[in-house]
Amino acid sequence: MPNILVVEDSPTMRQLISFAMKRIPDARVIEATDGVDALKKLSSDKIDLILCDINMPVMDGLKLVSLVRGNATFKDIPIIMVTTEGAEEDRKRALAIGANAYLPKPIQTQELIKLVTTYLSGSGN
Amino acid sequence: MDKEFSYVNKADEFIQMFKKGEEFTKELLRENEKLRYRIAQLEESVAQSVDEARTKLYEDRIRLLETELNSFKEKFTQVEMENKDFASKYLEVEEENNNLANLYVASYQLHSTLDFSEVLRIVTEIVINLIGAEKFAILLIDDKINELIAVAAEGISSGDTPRVKIGEGIIGKVTKDGESYFAEDLRSMETFNPLEPIVCIPLKIKEHVIGVISIYKLLTQKAGFSNVDYELFNLLAGHAATAVFSARLYTQSERKLTTIQGFLDLLKEKPKR
Repeated sequence: MPNILVVEDSPTMRQLISFAMKRIPDARVIEATDGVDALKKLSSDKIDLILCDINMPVMDGLKLVSLVRGNATFKDIPIIMVTTEGAEEDRKRALAIGANAYLPKPIQTQELIKLVTTYLSGSGN
Repeated sequence: MDKEFSYVNKADEFIQMFKKGEEFTKELLRENEKLRYRIAQLEESVAQSVDEARTKLYEDRIRLLETELNSFKEKFTQVEMENKDFASKYLEVEEENNNLANLYVASYQLHSTLDFSEVLRIVTEIVINLIGAEKFAILLIDDKINELIAVAAEGISSGDTPRVKIGEGIIGKVTKDGESYFAEDLRSMETFNPLEPIVCIPLKIKEHVIGVISIYKLLTQKAGFSNVDYELFNLLAGHAATAVFSARLYTQSERKLTTIQGFLDLLKEKPKR
């Protein structure tokens, strides 16, 4: 049963992504409202994939990605950024920090499901 | 001498008889040969007719198989087309499903609270995350001055938010007529003018307009509007309006209730003598 951590400050987006993740067989969604909350969830649950926004209060998505990549236990967890920042330099920056994929909002649910499925199966790495 | 003559005659007769016998044997051999030849011919002819019959049978079988093959090919093409049709229908249903999920989530969130500022935050989230707008403002009618005043904005400084009289310009006209406005050319969003949005959606409760959502710029990655965006605009026009209206009423009534409660508490407190 894959555990997907959705890190997003917007309740609307959290609900929308959680809704989409129901289409992935046996997937369990764990929600976090910001980077700090996400780190807590990473310590308490076994996470298989992270879906992460960039602009969030307390700790933003880029900081979270760099912390996850710097941690020996979590460094291999695939991270997909889901953000309103659609500029090419934002994408490059996120990928350079360690994100595996970058999906600008408004998201296409099919595309998101496809990406998540790819990374959960290990073929995206 | 006679005896000698008689022997000669007998010998001649014998020779004659022998020759006749020889001829007869030769004749028999010839006949035999002819018969053999005839038999061979007949055998060949029989074999040939069997071969011809077999060939005809095979040809008929081939023709039948070819017809069957063509029929299978036709059926295969038909099934393939049906398959493609199902696949495209499946994609359509999937898309419709996703759109419905978006609309459901938007509607669920809009009616999840009675807090006015929370409702405004949710409308803002929907416009950013589901529609993909970068610059926009939510304007509500101030009944006292009969003007539209911005109550929330994204990507616009508070000094730039418009203040519009009902009936004036694009925003005022949308408020007056209750009809959504979509700019024909989205390139106009490159220059910001608070009175010239690219999209203006009236917030309506039945036919009563309480305000508008005025969009000025879309996110870089958002090239244009899709069907679900128009559905979302429709949803916002109705659901956001009722959510905003009821939250505002609730907040006002809460405020009044607190004031009245304060008065009642004051009245209940009897002065100590």
